[in-house]
Amino acid sequence: MLLLKLFFAFIQVGMFSVGGGYAAIPLIQEQIVTIHHLMTMEEFSDLITVAEMTPGPISINSATFVGMRIAGIPGVLLCSIGCIIPSFIICLTLAHFYYKYRTVSGVQVVLGSLRPAVVALIASAGASILMLGLFQAELKDVVLGNLRYIELVIFVVALFLLRKFKLNAITIILGSGVVGTIVYVLMGAVA
Amino acid sequence: MKKDYSKLWTLFKSMFILSACTFGGGFVIVSLMKKKYVEELKWLEEDEMLDVTAITQSAPGPLPVNASVIIGYRMAGIIGSLTAILGTILPPMIIISIISLFYDQFRTNPYIATALQVMRAGVAAVIFDVVINLAGNVIKTKRILYIVMMVTAFVATYLFDVSAMLIIFVCLGIGLADLYVTLNNKKKGKVS
Repeated sequence: MLLLKLFFAFIQVGMFSVGGGYAAIPLIQEQIVTIHHLMTMEEFSDLITVAEMTPGPISINSATFVGMRIAGIPGVLLCSIGCIIPSFIICLTLAHFYYKYRTVSGVQVVLGSLRPAVVALIASAGASILMLGLFQAELKDVVLGNLRYIELVIFVVALFLLRKFKLNAITIILGSGVVGTIVYVLMGAVA
Repeated sequence: MKKDYSKLWTLFKSMFILSACTFGGGFVIVSLMKKKYVEELKWLEEDEMLDVTAITQSAPGPLPVNASVIIGYRMAGIIGSLTAILGTILPPMIIISIISLFYDQFRTNPYIATALQVMRAGVAAVIFDVVINLAGNVIKTKRILYIVMMVTAFVATYLFDVSAMLIIFVCLGIGLADLYVTLNNKKKGKVS
């Protein structure tokens, strides 16, 4: 019964978390902490910390974490599946219509106006991550004196390598993590 | 749309790797997908990738999952969708399952914290690389409307925290108005 409850809780999370990532957090909190009492608020904030530190969408991360804590592997599977069922059905439908009608010239005009918006959204996400990387703060809380030079150098070098030598993105991401950590360790600056 | 099952393994493998290495939000993985499927494998056109991103943003659910459903469908129908989803959700499921068993040690480990911090600089570089190409192409259309929309949307979302959904819907409205004007001009052109 508990498993079924979890399953339906995460179907709701998947269905109503519109706008991605952080939009899902209050929904998960409501389902898991407030309604079903499957976790305490403290455990939940740990979950958010862990989810931020690991790859993957926050809702899948939470589904896995909650599922594992409460019911082991079967819990993980049920929660994650519940979480993606709404996405799967809705996006499959949208994809079907998109590929059916995308060549229609009217649809092209409308889609054309969405593309600049998407570029802006990606740019905005990039700018936020850059600020976090360079200042460990959001734009409004940035203090210029807190600029982290190692991260700045890594950013410039990584961007240069990407533009000039078309290096693989995964290599860049993992490489910057490894190189940066080594530099910090050598400087004895690991907190 | 032709379906090609021979690509299923590549699809799974690439989704798995992208998902395992994507730290940060959904737009990070969109940048990586653009590099992988548009530039490297040449499976999708650039415009198509942007359309897919707009669709994933307006549908509920995690962005990476939504994007993998659509890209998978494009490559090999429903089977492709399922393959891509599996590739996308397996890494976080495996990683979190393991971490949930000893998350206190993980959370407080200083080396992990440092690596995650410096990795942001690398992630930002990847996104900027993708954005430079994408913005360049918007500018190349030489449509003032598109350039203004791009800049305004950036300012709205980055400086004023306007939600991505709202931006997509406003631009959808502008697109419909644009279509109406285009059709009207065509009509007038035919009459005169």
